[in-house]
Amino acid sequence: MRVALFVTCLTDQFYPRTGIAAVKVLEHLGCHVEFPLEQTCCGQPMYNNGLHAQAAALARRFVTIFEPFEAIITPSGSCAAMVRRHFADLLNSDPAWRDRAAAVSARTYEFVEFLDRVLKFNSVTAGVRWPGRATCHCACHLRELGLFDLPRHFLSSIPGLDLAPLAGAEQCCGFGGTFSVKYVDPSMAMVTDKVDALIASGTTTLVCNDAGCAMNIEGACRRRGVNVDIKSIAEILAEGLGLLPREGHG
Amino acid sequence: MSAHHAHDILFPALPYDMKPRSTRAAGDIQLQQFVNSATRSKDSGRRSTCRETFGERYDDLRRYAGSIKQQTLDHLDTHINRYIDNAQKHGVHVHFAKDAAQANAICLEIAQSRHCHVCVKSKSMVTEETGLVPALQAAGIETVETDLGEFILQLDDDAPSHIVTPMIHKDRTAVGRAFTRELGTPYSQDPAELTKIARDHMRALFQKADLGISGANFLIADDGSLVLCTNEGNADLSVGLPRVHIALVGIEKLIPALSDLPIFLKLLARSATAQPITVYTTIVKGPRQPTECGGPDEVHVVLLDNGRTGLLASDARELLRCIRCGACLNACPVYRKVGGGHAYGAVYSGPIGAVLTPALLGLANYADLPRASSLCGACREACPVDIDIPGQLIRLRAKLVDQRSMPWSERTMMKAWTWTLKTSARYRLASRLLRWAATHMSDSVDAQGRAWLKRAPGPASGWTVGRDLPAPMPQSFREWWLREHGSHRP
Repeated sequence: MRVALFVTCLTDQFYPRTGIAAVKVLEHLGCHVEFPLEQTCCGQPMYNNGLHAQAAALARRFVTIFEPFEAIITPSGSCAAMVRRHFADLLNSDPAWRDRAAAVSARTYEFVEFLDRVLKFNSVTAGVRWPGRATCHCACHLRELGLFDLPRHFLSSIPGLDLAPLAGAEQCCGFGGTFSVKYVDPSMAMVTDKVDALIASGTTTLVCNDAGCAMNIEGACRRRGVNVDIKSIAEILAEGLGLLPREGHG
Repeated sequence: MSAHHAHDILFPALPYDMKPRSTRAAGDIQLQQFVNSATRSKDSGRRSTCRETFGERYDDLRRYAGSIKQQTLDHLDTHINRYIDNAQKHGVHVHFAKDAAQANAICLEIAQSRHCHVCVKSKSMVTEETGLVPALQAAGIETVETDLGEFILQLDDDAPSHIVTPMIHKDRTAVGRAFTRELGTPYSQDPAELTKIARDHMRALFQKADLGISGANFLIADDGSLVLCTNEGNADLSVGLPRVHIALVGIEKLIPALSDLPIFLKLLARSATAQPITVYTTIVKGPRQPTECGGPDEVHVVLLDNGRTGLLASDARELLRCIRCGACLNACPVYRKVGGGHAYGAVYSGPIGAVLTPALLGLANYADLPRASSLCGACREACPVDIDIPGQLIRLRAKLVDQRSMPWSERTMMKAWTWTLKTSARYRLASRLLRWAATHMSDSVDAQGRAWLKRAPGPASGWTVGRDLPAPMPQSFREWWLREHGSHRP
């Protein structure tokens, strides 16, 4: 299968190992992975802030770049939700773009979703082994795709991985893009709850499939002097398949 | 403390700035505890009871309930006319009020022409919206809130901070103090004792009241009845004992038929308080009939518009589906962290308030409300009538941009950012500049080689109030890909 990786701007700049892991895992599973170099951003920040003309321009750009591919895979729940749920809001009124956008949206998957729903990935038969304890932060935007619990189910099936519950997992970490810098008090209170829950979980490995949440939680942990290894599911799989060396304290 | 006037909490000076109240709430540890523990337990109760009862069909049921309300709204004129015809058959007097002032005037006229002096009132958000209680009191009609939470708020001259559990921001020691101060009873913080004090006090009032006022949870078009759901039975007493009853009801409360009621009763109680059904569910058809031994001589229903028909004609019409269960408030992390409803500066708070208030009272007056959200979507998942609250928040944000309400600097920055993202060459150049600048401002480097900032400049400074900010990694994914795969372009 010829698939394109949409790495997303935050993952590209701040968590490149997630993108590397995704490529290695997908190639290991027999996909031909391409990385269209023209890609930048799906337009989510503009869309969420109400700049819909700007967001539509970036959405059209995205559609043009990614429409040659059978599947478009992204390691970020919020970017997947942007393409799948909101491109239609932006482009539906434009007959030249409506169908093209719908076709690309329908072929865009969050990384774990693609493994689970399209490749029918099974970590036992695939030979994944990741010994250690970890907990999982579910990114809110997976709600829009009906996938909020999928990362937890997915991780709990990995041999060796002891998945610790994270208290208040359904509460947002407080990132929310510009919300985190404009409404600092509630945003900080939310991330403080998340760090408290991480401490109480008894593990320092936090699996998180969204670069925005990861920056927020990791930044708050560092400020409080709390040890944390943030990993994406792609990294867990790449490490568990021996495609990347095991990193971190745990 | 509730040093403010109830009225000022819900009707602040406009345009409203959310930050002073939310910052004050952030520093109030006790308030944070009350609101956090109450909302979390209600929210997890809702999720588990709905999952147990409805299983996999929960989302289908929410969509179905939403579609019933939406279809009713799409033909609201027809349903209102049917409701009026049927209600009048039972002897109900139906009135129309186009705004808050007219609603209060109609209620006052009814009360005065019937020589009513003492009013027992059950809980109703619509009466908060119109400010009915102060209007009655100003006219010399002694009006007492009979919902326990609302009664305590009335004693304290405080305002509700939640649609369903109005004194979520207080605990029982505050109740004990209010009772001692206002009713002269010995201080207690025992819930049973406090309930007994309230009951004794209220029972006397119920006996002498000549006017009862309520809202309504639903109006049923095909049989002209109104439905009241409470847990304390106070609505039943306020309907059944006084000789005159007035229900003030928003026009969006209509549902087509009695056969539609069960789905809403099931969803309302579970969504609001994780109960299978409210303790009391009362269907009021009209005044006492000759064969009946109890009930009011007169029943008046005042249908309130107050901006609703405007909403109905707008792209925010789905907001009128709301059945005021408060589930979105309980699910919302922002509501939790700003200390509950008072931070929203209006009668309706939380996620539904953040979209409803700007729609009813002006976006320019409440520009903070749609912005103060992380768009986490917990509200949408909780909504029993499937209102796309995050979508409505984004729509309001787009309106703020269109109305040039977004600060010039922010708009320019977003536009420049978009321009940068329109070619990969600009994106690569910008990310190299960002990495260079951030790495120069950083004060430490972690084991993966990531540089971190303790203090970020300009618009990012909010981030570093309590978080370190990462600099881009020394090697981006794109750079890795080019190294591994060459500059081959697919």
